[in-house]
Amino acid sequence: MAGDSPKKIFKAGIWEDNPIFKQVIGICSALAVTNLMLNSLIMGLGLIFVTAFSELTVSLIRSFTPKHIRMMVQVLIISVYVIIVDIFLKAYYPEMSKALGPYVGLIITNCIIMGRCEGYAQNNPPLKSFLDGIASGLGYTIILLIISFIRELLGFGTIFGYQVLGSWWTNWTIMVMPPAAFFILGVIVWWARSVSGEDEKEGGAIS
Amino acid sequence: MIELNPFVIFFAAIFTNNMIFSYFLGMCSFIGVSNEIPTSLGLGQAVTFVLTFTTILNYLIYHNILVPLGLEYLRFIVFIISIAAFVQLLEMVVERYFPNLYYALGIFLPLITVNCAILGVSLFMVIRDYTFLQSLGFGVGSGIGWTLAIVAMAGARQRIKRTKLPKGLEGPGITLIITGLMALAFIGFSGIVQIQ
Repeated sequence: MAGDSPKKIFKAGIWEDNPIFKQVIGICSALAVTNLMLNSLIMGLGLIFVTAFSELTVSLIRSFTPKHIRMMVQVLIISVYVIIVDIFLKAYYPEMSKALGPYVGLIITNCIIMGRCEGYAQNNPPLKSFLDGIASGLGYTIILLIISFIRELLGFGTIFGYQVLGSWWTNWTIMVMPPAAFFILGVIVWWARSVSGEDEKEGGAIS
Repeated sequence: MIELNPFVIFFAAIFTNNMIFSYFLGMCSFIGVSNEIPTSLGLGQAVTFVLTFTTILNYLIYHNILVPLGLEYLRFIVFIISIAAFVQLLEMVVERYFPNLYYALGIFLPLITVNCAILGVSLFMVIRDYTFLQSLGFGVGSGIGWTLAIVAMAGARQRIKRTKLPKGLEGPGITLIITGLMALAFIGFSGIVQIQ
């Protein structure tokens, strides 16, 4: 949290405090859109936008917001940006908006954004909060892309809709179905924790 | 949208279109709270209750206020406010009249506001154009399905607590993998009814 230079913020957001595999939050909307890489990318970009601008706004008004209603204020700020994303998608990418369905709206209840607003933007200047939002969103997007890469490649034989594997490839139907997302994320969390767990002490309290 | 019997939707929401296993909603508290059966059951009941009433509330608000005024795009904000307000109200009522229940539920009540499943059900209801009874069936069914999932997971985790696991796999890692296995099992139900 003391990390201050932009480089440090990005490093923390993408690896050290990566919201998905370190804190295991925000996965509600993470998994549902990972069947295709394009969906994940759009979802990730939407999330980066919402996180960055919500953190910026929360940070700008942090000295005027009464302490006890700050949660409500944050939720409202986040909702406004989510509505912007939703309208934008509906107007320019109607098919994408259909494919993502309710999950765009569910960005509001994504714990990552609330967590970053409450934990970082509340006590830090606007510019840094903005960068922190981008970094956290980026960390999230990268995980989404890794999962969807595996699922799309094995499930459809394509990457971003382009056929990569030839006709000899038999699609793994299981990869398209929900359980695969749980397995892949489980293995990623396992890997990330074993790699980084060596220099950490026992009992890191993760909810 | 073809007309579906509300009961069909009710059962589909429990088994074939379970909130957790096929829509990944409500995962945060699912992973965080599924340590013991009693607490999971308490949270499940609270979620079912809130889900039932917020679905009704949001249905009425959406079709009687937002649609006539042409303000559909405000639904995210309105839904989240109505959910937060309902949970707050519920908390006050429960504290005043049912103190025992209040202590049993404890911190779970406020947490429900940010449970993705609650908002998710309201949004699905709008996207799929459910009628009032269909929404009711969907809301109650989703709540029961969620409870079923979290209680089953708590049972599995209580067993696994005594097992030796690879270090990185403890906690969330193994929970995700068990969830995957359960989701596989639930796919077996998908022949019964299918809603989309």
